[in-house]
Amino acid sequence: MAGNHTVWIVLQHRDGQLHRGSREAIAAGQRLAAAIGGAAEAVLLGLGTSSLAESAAAFDLARVRHADHPHFTHYTPGGYVGALAPALRAESPAFVVLPHTYQTVDFAASLAQASGAGWLPEVTGIESGEGGLTLRRPILGGKLEAQLRVRGEGPMVVSVQSGAFSADTATAGSAPIEPFPFAAEAATPDREILGVEAVAGEKLDLTKAEIIVAAGRGVGGADRMGPLRELAAALGAEIAASRPVIDNGWLPRDRQIGSSGQTVAPRLYLAAGISGAIQHTVGMKGSQVVVAINKDPGAPIFNLARYGIVGDLHDILPALTKAVREAKGG
Amino acid sequence: MRIAVCVKQVPDTEARLRVARDGKWIEEEDLPFVLNESDEYALEEALAITEKVGGEVVVFSLGPERVKEGLRKALALGAARAVHLNDPVLAGGDAVVTGRALAAAIARESFDLVLTGSQSDDLGWGGTGSVIAGVLGWPSAWLVMGVTLEEDGRHARVTREMESGMNEVFRLALPAVLQVQAGLNHPRYPNLKGIMAAKKKPIDELGAADLGLAAAAAGSSGSRLELVSVAFPSSGGGAEMLEGDAETVARSLIEKLQREARVL
Ligand SMILES: Cc1cc2nc3c(=O)[nH]c(=O)nc-3n(C[C@H](O)[C@H](O)[C@H](O)COP(=O)(O)OP(=O)(O)OC[C@H]3O[C@@H](n4cnc5c(N)ncnc54)[C@H](O)[C@@H]3O)c2cc1C
Ligand SMILES: Nc1ncnc2c1ncn2[C@@H]1O[C@H](COP(=O)(O)O)[C@@H](O)[C@H]1O
Repeated sequence: MAGNHTVWIVLQHRDGQLHRGSREAIAAGQRLAAAIGGAAEAVLLGLGTSSLAESAAAFDLARVRHADHPHFTHYTPGGYVGALAPALRAESPAFVVLPHTYQTVDFAASLAQASGAGWLPEVTGIESGEGGLTLRRPILGGKLEAQLRVRGEGPMVVSVQSGAFSADTATAGSAPIEPFPFAAEAATPDREILGVEAVAGEKLDLTKAEIIVAAGRGVGGADRMGPLRELAAALGAEIAASRPVIDNGWLPRDRQIGSSGQTVAPRLYLAAGISGAIQHTVGMKGSQVVVAINKDPGAPIFNLARYGIVGDLHDILPALTKAVREAKGG
Repeated sequence: MRIAVCVKQVPDTEARLRVARDGKWIEEEDLPFVLNESDEYALEEALAITEKVGGEVVVFSLGPERVKEGLRKALALGAARAVHLNDPVLAGGDAVVTGRALAAAIARESFDLVLTGSQSDDLGWGGTGSVIAGVLGWPSAWLVMGVTLEEDGRHARVTREMESGMNEVFRLALPAVLQVQAGLNHPRYPNLKGIMAAKKKPIDELGAADLGLAAAAAGSSGSRLELVSVAFPSSGGGAEMLEGDAETVARSLIEKLQREARVL
């Protein structure tokens, strides 16, 4: 009988593979279980996914429970919440851990609402100290970090931010595989999936660029892109951008960097007027050298930059272009 | 078609933030507030749909008195009416209690569609819309990048963003809750006529009692999460900050990129 010190880890998969975030969720789930003196176990919903259950069983988990059913051919919130909520209510584990992805966030709060649980997304740290267990997450676009404590009765559904818990720290083991109890008629898909398509206009490949000059909302408008273009030309760089620049139509969508854009790792990434929200930085944090120009000294982008300049980008960029031209000429 | 749109007022992303004295939240005095970015897209989508097929848009916001400013903007943009959940008992809640309160207010009327933003720029639970859907028993979708109503008026074709530049397309049954992602349309700006018209449009106020919510189950008391502290993140490695006038920092940066980092 699962007690209320249990930690569930719900695994995400696609195209016959565990999502990379699922291993990070296992690592985080094991950490949480250790912190509350309980045991972690995994849940997998899919069709023909026995081999994935087996790969999950190679971790140190109390068990892996697997529901193999046509209702899970495609992920749908109706299928997932319908399958998970009754068992969650019945067993009341302390935590349900998910990787923080576009799929899990799509259903997690509905799951929490349906099973008398709470919802705590984007966890980046787990600390157990004198004051008990606290969980950390970014707020206000990453400008601040919050420490939160869980209170009250019932499970807490948490999602863990990509990269916050290294998959390498998940401990190996050998777990039994058991069927996950669910009622198929309660777990019916509530979407008719029509297909998957590439985001319109996604053609340009920025992953090969050696130098990228990236514009953020701070640039201020399509008509104010000139200095950035000139710097890019002087450096022989590609131009890229944060999402609001694209959403506002200042640049085409195929130049977006981040979780819903491209992931790049150039030699040099120069971010101008970009605050450094996690959805942006996941797409560029692998860059060899990051330079940030921002008028706000508290902008989180400075935390991952090697060099920072506080100031108005409309003053700094033309000066940089001039300095590049001088350096190249001399 | 009657559409409910949930709009939240959040601190302007441009604003400099200060941690409040108790260390549990930010100093809100003098802080500029704006409508949450994705909510502006949700509102635009709702207005565009009703302009096409007829109907009206009602906006809902939970928050203190200042929230009226955001609601007035939504009215100026074309919403017919506003509902303000204005009660300290409802304040300070997580996504679950906030979503339940909004759902209770929405359920007092009859709607074909609820649109929300995908994520609030302050707390960013990314879940309030899903909770509303759960309470109403409607299907929902997060990160909606396209909505097409089908001829039968009972289904919608929805495009939803996935990671790495792909979209998923599916049909779902109405009524539904669609959580709109920034970028799906081009939000309009308020004009003078709209601003004048907004002054005559009603803003109804509701409190916890009107919604049948017990104080213990609402707002911060009903919340499963307690904010222990907020703080500026400690710098990762921390950038080397270059100082001086534009020309000085520019020269020094290029030199460092050439000689120190060796990337130019
Ligand atoms: C599901 C989801 C997916 C997302 N995917 C992505 C994604 O793929 N890519 C992405 O980038 N974002 C994405 N976002 C949005 C992300 O959360 C942030 O909102 C976004 O990255 C912020 O962009 P920004 O830094 O340009 O704008 P802001 O956060 O508004 O920052 C603008 C910055 O410019 C500075 N500034 C203003 N004027 C000047 C000036 N004159 N000189 C110098 N500095 C100035 C300001 O101080 C501020 O730091 C996503 C969000 C969600 C919810
Ligand atoms: N206090 C609120 N009042 C009105 N709508 C809200 C409120 N909080 C959240 N929402 C809606 O729910 C969406 C997601 O918010 P969140 O779950 O906080 O990320 C927002 O974009 C709003 O549309």
